Order: sequence, then C-alpha cells, then structure tokens
Amino acid sequence: MRMRLHTKIGLYLGAIVTGIVMLAPFAWMIIASFQTQAELVARPLRWWPGRFFPDRYVSIFTNPRNDVFREALMNSLIVSVGVVIVAMVVGVLGAYAFARLRFRFRSTILMTFLFTYMLPQIALLIPLYLILANVGLLDNVIGLIIVDCSLVVPFVLWILSNYFLTVPVELEESAWIDGASRLGALIRIVLPSARPGLVTAAMFAFLLAWDEFMYALIFTSSTASKTVPVAVAEFSGRYSTDFGLVAAGGVLAALPPVIIAAFFQRSVASGLVAGAVKA
Amino acid sequence: MSKTPAVPTRKRRWRHSQGFFAACLLAPAILVVFGIIIYPIIQTGVYAFTDVRSAMHPKGPFVGFGNFSKAMTSNRFWSSMGRTLYFTIVSTAAELVIGLGIAGLLNAKIRGRWLLRTVVVIPWAIPTIVNGALWKGIFHAQYGSLNALLTQLGILNSYKVWLGTPWGAMNMVIIADVWKTVPLVAFLLLAGLASIPEELYEAAKIDRAGRWKTFWSITVPLMLPAISIVMILRVIEAFKVFDVIYAMTRGGPADGTKTIAYYTYTTAFSDQNYGIGSALAYIIVIVIALLSAIYLRALRRSEMSLI
Repeated sequence: MRMRLHTKIGLYLGAIVTGIVMLAPFAWMIIASFQTQAELVARPLRWWPGRFFPDRYVSIFTNPRNDVFREALMNSLIVSVGVVIVAMVVGVLGAYAFARLRFRFRSTILMTFLFTYMLPQIALLIPLYLILANVGLLDNVIGLIIVDCSLVVPFVLWILSNYFLTVPVELEESAWIDGASRLGALIRIVLPSARPGLVTAAMFAFLLAWDEFMYALIFTSSTASKTVPVAVAEFSGRYSTDFGLVAAGGVLAALPPVIIAAFFQRSVASGLVAGAVKA
Repeated sequence: MSKTPAVPTRKRRWRHSQGFFAACLLAPAILVVFGIIIYPIIQTGVYAFTDVRSAMHPKGPFVGFGNFSKAMTSNRFWSSMGRTLYFTIVSTAAELVIGLGIAGLLNAKIRGRWLLRTVVVIPWAIPTIVNGALWKGIFHAQYGSLNALLTQLGILNSYKVWLGTPWGAMNMVIIADVWKTVPLVAFLLLAGLASIPEELYEAAKIDRAGRWKTFWSITVPLMLPAISIVMILRVIEAFKVFDVIYAMTRGGPADGTKTIAYYTYTTAFSDQNYGIGSALAYIIVIVIALLSAIYLRALRRSEMSLI
C-alpha cells in the first residue's frame, strides 16, 4: 500500500513533533545540570552551556555535604536488586502454579492478587510502619525490600503467569517422560523458554522498586536507608532556586531506568501489555 | 517403618495431587500478599473505626463510623475529592487522546519508527519524583525554561507564575503527569492497533471509504475494548495520585493541588489524626475496589486466557 505524499509529510511531521516533546524536558534537565548558576538565572536564558561545567556531579560524588545523595544511590541499588531477587523467586513459583496447575480457588486467588496490586499504598502505611517498628526494620534497606514487595510481587506474578502460558506444555511433557520432576522441568525447560518474559519481569520489578517513593518517604529517616526519590525530593524542596543541583541529582536518578528502558524498549512494550491488557 | 500401603490414604493422595504442589509453589506468594498487603489493609480498617491517639500504640476506643462522619462532614474532604475528580478526568482524557495519536504514529510504516519508539519510552522511565522536580524547574517563575522559551518566542511579554494560583498549579501538575504517562497509554493502545487486521483497511480502501470514515467505522469500534481497559486502569492510578504532587507543589498553593491521597497523607502524618486518616484511606480503598471490579469485568470480557 503506497501512502499519498501529504499523508507521508503529516506522519513525519507528527513523528518529529512527538520526538521533540518527549525529549526536550529531560534534555533541558541534562543541559541545565552542566550550566553554571549564573547561566541558569540569566535573562534571556541561555540554552547551551557557555563552558562545560561538571562541578555539580563532582560535588555530588566528592563533597561530604552531598553524602545523602551518594548513599541514596547505593541504597536504591541495594533495595531494587533485593526486590528483583525476592519478587522473581516468589513470582516464578507462584506464576507457574497459576499458568499450569488446576486447583481449587485458583481464579479467586488470582483475582485477589490482581486486586491487591490496585490498592493505594496510603492504606497500608500505618500497619506496615508498626510491623517494621516491631521487627526493628525501620530506616533499614531490608525493611524497604520487604514492603516494596507489596507493590512488585503481584505485578511480577501477573505478567509471569502470562508469559508461562505461552510456553508449550508439550516441551514439559517430553521432559517428564524422560524422568524429570515437575520442578526440574520448570527449571530446565520452562524458565529457559520463557527467558524474554523473565527479563521483562525482572526489568519491571527493578523499575518499580527504583521509582517507589511513599514507603521510602515514611519508613526511612537517615542515610542508612534513604533512597534516590527521597533524596531528590529533599534536594528539590531545599534548593529550589539551585535548579542545577536538583537537575544533576535528577539526571543521576533517572539515568539507570532510562538507559534500561531504552535498551529493552521491546520488553517495555510487551511487559506493559502483559501487565495490563492481555491478561 | 511400615511398608507402603497398597491403597493410598487420603493424605498420600493429597500429597501427590496438583493442589498440594500448587500450594507449595504459591506459599511464598501467599505469605507476601497476606503479610504485607491483606493483613495491613484489615488493620487500617480497624483503625478507621477506633479513636487512634498514637501511631505506635494504635489501640483506642471503638467509635463506630465516627471517623468516617468526621471525615466526610469536612469541607476539605469534599474539595479534595473535587480536585481529585478534576485531575482524574482531565489527565485521563488528555492521555487517551494524545496516546491514541502517538500509537497511530508508532504503528505507521515510517522510517525510523524504532527510534521514535525508543524516544517515547523515555518519559515513562523517568522516576515520578524526578519528573515532578523536572517540571517544577520548567514552571519556575523566575528561572524556569517555559517562561524563557515563551518570552523568547514572543508569545509571552513577561514571566508568569505558573504554579502561583491553585487552578494554574493543578493544570501544570496535570501536564507533568500527562507527559510521563502518555507513553504507557500509547504503548498499550499500540498493541490494540497492531492487532487490527490490515485487510480491513484494504477493504475500506477498495470501498473508497474516506480516512475519517475508516477511522470511525473500523479503528474506533475495534479499539473500544482496549481503550476502555486503558481508561479504567488510568482512572484507578490517577485517583491515587500522590508522588508528582509531593515533588511539584506539596499540595499547594492554598491546597489547590491537594488531592484525596495527599489530603489523607497530611491528615494522618502531619496532623497525626490516625483514625480519621485511616477512614480517609478506606474511602479511597472503597472507590478503588469499585473501579477494580469494573476493570476485572472488562478484562474478563476481552479475550482472556488466565481468569
């Protein structure tokens, strides 16, 4: 099918405008993070750094005053990786049961899990606070890993169940005939075949945990466990006139998820669909 | 040790059944979901009916629906509900319209489509708090890039205080939220678009149907299930909006961006009104539960494999 010329021009124009609108705000954040304070407050505003000014990044990584941010990056990394590990183990086992086994209350349990995914975090805050306080895990990365699972586990379960359904049962059955146990077949046959799904689920688990804010805001109080979103919110509240510093912190906080998502763009699209619509 | 009985007992049969295996596999997930979601949500329900004085010792006298009636007779509750409704309707509508347009572009056979898809993913990947801080910078009254851009283009004569009025701030928060969420909506709708068979469009072309007619008689009806699912999903998320408001306006100015989730947060944690805060949280839960029921119903009606 050939497109008419003005359709074509319209499409390319639309694509260019979309591209600019989607890129410009974050691009400005990156540029601003490399501009001096004088340039940032100048009128008219300059859109390109007069000279390369990486001092804020240097300061974030070397100045003791910015310890909070360095520690926060580390905490976020620990929490996100921890959540990925827990959610994937719990999720793989549970999702296999949903996708392959027939048992009583199967759809009730599945619906309950999906429903819990919709619940507002704010309705869980006070009891979770008490639980963490009772076991001594307030202001602790382990505590954050545990509570973040309330957001991530239902989602991972849901999308992994969908991916497991796409692995042909015949593959497994031939493994059983060769004497493999169900668990053995799951590990040796199903998991390798569902690898794109596993990558997608792990990626979403990481992004969800990296993005999580409300739990971190209430349950952390020091550099021992503050995560990046909390640090950025503090930066942005405290230095509201120093956008350059906020921008540098924001860029550092955004780069890991942005790079991961851009690199795994196909997984993002398929994971979003598996998580929401295809079901 | 006795020898294995020839006739399996009930217990043995259970041990070799799919149900037993499923229970083993699901045990960790059930532990997580009950321990950190269902138990806390029940506990919050208990607080909603008691006069909680201290978060650390939340045992208080039972007050029936007292917390709910106190919460719901307050003007601030209804105005925050109104703001939440406004945020939800405007942001969801904008996301669906713009998202459908972008989905169309992503689906079109143009060169560099993969590049466009990669670019569109970026706003979605930016953490919500960073997104809020970013737009707070863009809208800054003195140093923001929006004022600079609009005056340099000659559209504005003088700098505007974008986040200065309650109404203005709410709309700016909506813009920030829409920018971040449109990619998600576009990708979900793209999946729906891509599943429409090409032959239908070819047939429409042979019938010399115009582009507008083709859009309304093929694209829209076939997309309706996808659109409605995405819409409910967005309404659920928008109703809980908190992070972007915390980062941009902290509910201000003059409570102009105080949505119900933010109002609940300040009631419980700034005013330390845990009982009323829990009642407010439960009102959100009830609304979400109703919306989720609609969502699950819509999912069931679409071609489903799991439920």
